[in-house]
Amino acid sequence: MSYPATASQTVGPYFRIGLSYLESSALCSEAAPGTHIAVSGQIFDADGAPVTDAQLELWQADDQGRFAGYDPTESGIVSDGFTGFARIPVDERGMFKFNTVYPGSVSMLDGRSQAPHIVLMLSMRGILKHLYTRIYFAADPLNGDDPVLSTVPAERRKTLYAELLPGSTNDYLWNVRLQGTDETVFFQY
Amino acid sequence: MLQVKMPFLPVTPGTQPEYLHAPYVSSILRSPRQPLIVVPQTLSEWSGPVFGHGAIATFDNDLTRQHTGEPLGERIIVHGRVLDENDRPVAGALVEVWQANSAGRYMHKVDQHAAPLDPNFSGAGRFLTDDEGYYRFTSIRPGAYPWSNHPNAWRPAHIHFSLFGAGLLTRLVTQMYFPGDPLLPYDPIYNCISDEQSKRRMISSFDLEATVPDTALAFKYDIVLRGRNATPMEDHK
Repeated sequence: MSYPATASQTVGPYFRIGLSYLESSALCSEAAPGTHIAVSGQIFDADGAPVTDAQLELWQADDQGRFAGYDPTESGIVSDGFTGFARIPVDERGMFKFNTVYPGSVSMLDGRSQAPHIVLMLSMRGILKHLYTRIYFAADPLNGDDPVLSTVPAERRKTLYAELLPGSTNDYLWNVRLQGTDETVFFQY
Repeated sequence: MLQVKMPFLPVTPGTQPEYLHAPYVSSILRSPRQPLIVVPQTLSEWSGPVFGHGAIATFDNDLTRQHTGEPLGERIIVHGRVLDENDRPVAGALVEVWQANSAGRYMHKVDQHAAPLDPNFSGAGRFLTDDEGYYRFTSIRPGAYPWSNHPNAWRPAHIHFSLFGAGLLTRLVTQMYFPGDPLLPYDPIYNCISDEQSKRRMISSFDLEATVPDTALAFKYDIVLRGRNATPMEDHK
């Protein structure tokens, strides 16, 4: 007899007891090929208050668009020093920062190209089921044809774009707003 | 080249929580109010991290042997299988657990409940399912504890579970409850699921057969991860 998936429950406020051992601040080593970037940001609730007990789990392809550990006939063997995964807690100001390489483009089943992106699963007290979203990069030439972005109403797409910090060539800023004006787009699969 | 991909099954209505569940007060300011945007599944979500024995330094399936002394409380064994929605075992799934001690206190600086910490109990474990999707760990039965959600609010005893199956879309965080707990009808987190059977499946069952004489009561808890559709999507390249 088969059942639907087990119901999700919140991670609660104490999740770091069980989950912190796997935390890291990077999705690859400094030796991984590609353009090294940093992404930082802050998470805000409906009142604009920082969320100080959240966790990000990030997953992305390497600079050539390949996923670690995935069927090599599909996506090849990833670059040395690249895992593409990180678990990152926010700090007491609701802030996070991670280092990675600018992801390559990943193909859709129908062969269309996706724009470079990082998939994010966001968990926190007050959220009963983790939220899925994606971090895209403002000004990437592939954004205009991305099959996922194109399903998002044009006026909300900017919530998914990490922007270069003024004067920087590889430090990006991307904030999360859980509710209200400029509420971040979250996905359902 | 012909590629065949099985998309993940759609979520069965009522079996998962909504983001806004007002009885759980913390959800009010943190739940998105715009509808989620339904997007195509791609390789980016079908894939996901794999945590083999090489990926994690220390697995630990006995929470009663992490310190020099024995923790206080009722020793328990929790075991079960991790299956997908097609009733197939999920082998090699990473399972992470955390919980309060027998007095209902977490080893965490935010927890200010006036119950004693147990220097011999940290309350965290992690392990992989075997080829049959089976897992088993030893722990201490956690205590109930008060929280500030509403007047005289108490969480029923529970163990937090985090699971990574095959692909990001199988990711699950849940809580396991204990049979017969009188606090369950009052708990807004347990009661966030509208489908009665799905709610009850979060309650473990007492397992006399697996109970170890003179040592520990056993509780059985099977977990189901999101599964793939049996009908392939075909893609001709």
